[in-house]
Amino acid sequence: MIYVEDKNLVIPGQILADDDYYPGRGTFKENGKVCSSLIGLVSLRNKKIRVIPLKSKYVPKKGDVVIGKINDVRFSMWDVDINSPYSGILPAFEVFGRDKKELNKVYDVGDVLFLRVIDVDEVKKAKLGLKGRGLGKFKGGIIVDISPTKVPRLIGKKGSMINMIKNKTNCKIVVGQNGLVWVKGNEDMEQLTREIIHTIEAEAHTSGLTNKIKNKLCLAIDGELPVEETEEEFVLEKPKLQNFKEELEQEEREKAEAEKEMQAESEVEQDSEIETEEEADAEEDIEAEASEEKDTGDKPNFYDVIEELKKKSQSRKDKNLSYSDKSNNNSFILNNR
Amino acid sequence: MSEMIREDGRKYNELRPIKIEAGVLERADGSAYLEVGGNKILVAVYGPRESYIRRLLEPNTGVIRCRYNMAPFSVDDRKRPGPDRRSSEISKITADALRPALMLENYPRSMVDIYIEVIEAEGGTRCAGITAASVALVDAGVPMKDIVVGCAAGKVNDEVVLDLSEVEDKEGQADVPIAIMPRTGEITLLQSDGDLTEEEFQKAIDLAMEGCMKVSELQKEALMKKYSTE
Repeated sequence: MIYVEDKNLVIPGQILADDDYYPGRGTFKENGKVCSSLIGLVSLRNKKIRVIPLKSKYVPKKGDVVIGKINDVRFSMWDVDINSPYSGILPAFEVFGRDKKELNKVYDVGDVLFLRVIDVDEVKKAKLGLKGRGLGKFKGGIIVDISPTKVPRLIGKKGSMINMIKNKTNCKIVVGQNGLVWVKGNEDMEQLTREIIHTIEAEAHTSGLTNKIKNKLCLAIDGELPVEETEEEFVLEKPKLQNFKEELEQEEREKAEAEKEMQAESEVEQDSEIETEEEADAEEDIEAEASEEKDTGDKPNFYDVIEELKKKSQSRKDKNLSYSDKSNNNSFILNNR
Repeated sequence: MSEMIREDGRKYNELRPIKIEAGVLERADGSAYLEVGGNKILVAVYGPRESYIRRLLEPNTGVIRCRYNMAPFSVDDRKRPGPDRRSSEISKITADALRPALMLENYPRSMVDIYIEVIEAEGGTRCAGITAASVALVDAGVPMKDIVVGCAAGKVNDEVVLDLSEVEDKEGQADVPIAIMPRTGEITLLQSDGDLTEEEFQKAIDLAMEGCMKVSELQKEALMKKYSTE
């Protein structure tokens, strides 16, 4: 016997079903009754009941990609705040291999990095690493924080939502599984993107969200609602989105997709935005950047990028790493509560 | 005799008007605002977060800490700010009343902080504090077995009545605040101050339980209102 329907909003202690159902995540069994332990939406699969939380804290999981802020520099590792009850550590050998270097000259307190969780130990301390394409330090941009449970919604099916935002705002966006989102682009667009991300967070449980966001973006950027051709898309997309049940079932798959998506994303980002740890790479970066820019043709900031990268390699020699974009420093808001 | 009307016009089993709102603070992980009669209470919940006090953390579960604080202007005579005997006691019993409902096994070595601020006080603040704190905990997304709810009963003019006001508390003969988990009816807090016969005590508990159930409905309503779509 079941007392709730799929997608219903439930609160802690609410009885969901009798003995013939299995308790999944977010639920527990007591006296032969399956009860919810969270405020969230019910997800029914066969005879298994789960509750997808509306709010939650990020608990590190092996293989996740996260955005973290350096909190402390120690003798052979960095302490990283990963917006979670548990702090992360980035051991020095993950960065330089066997070489010995001064840690605070590579990453200093306050730097924001894109990292991968290599391992989580029994006390949930996360060991982080930088191996993988696109992982490294962010320069400039802003950090937006959302609830980690809303990350799949922000990315959308096969990245539909996030790609739409990226295309519309021309911002570079990187989403960490821990609910931090890095956005870089035109200053106004950064603010708009931040607003949009918060809207998605607030309305994550409503259907037809992608279209709502699309309209909002078009209104804000072009000053008008999307024209006919997007209307067609609207029709195409609608049935997919309204089937929330299917969507919830796909959450797991989406998570995997999200990860892939982020990897793909970071591939795009890597050459232009992320500092890699090897000094020699800086030169290559310039070349890579240059060829890439030539391919795409008339990007206005081509020379600026070259200049910036030159400065970067210069400042490396000076052993003086800092954000090239000082004015953006104060817009780093890492949730530290 | 049950038809007696109390000083403020309520019946013996009538609660003061209650208003609960969830998620009122931007920066806190979870929050709630509650008004019961003349009480105004604001609760903020932070966490589960990294425990910055080493000696408190538990290797197999999370811990909760609670601070109950009365604003200096919350009572008629100015209250000296800062913790005192009464507020330390209430802080402790609130944490103890909420702890059985929490399921922090998935957050070992973490800490949940609850801050209860009494902006205006008019009797029954500890029960109101517990009621508001559990709404804030749910709002923070902390896993819980049930939403704890508090309510008091007492004896005024030789009559057992529900939800004492400040005047009734001061002039009455007894005050029995309780907190329960409404689904199972388990009692997580039971205090008793004053003289009651065994029979009156039983009656007071039954009455307070009944009151808790009513308040519990309002808690659920507040949470549903905050998060339901449209």
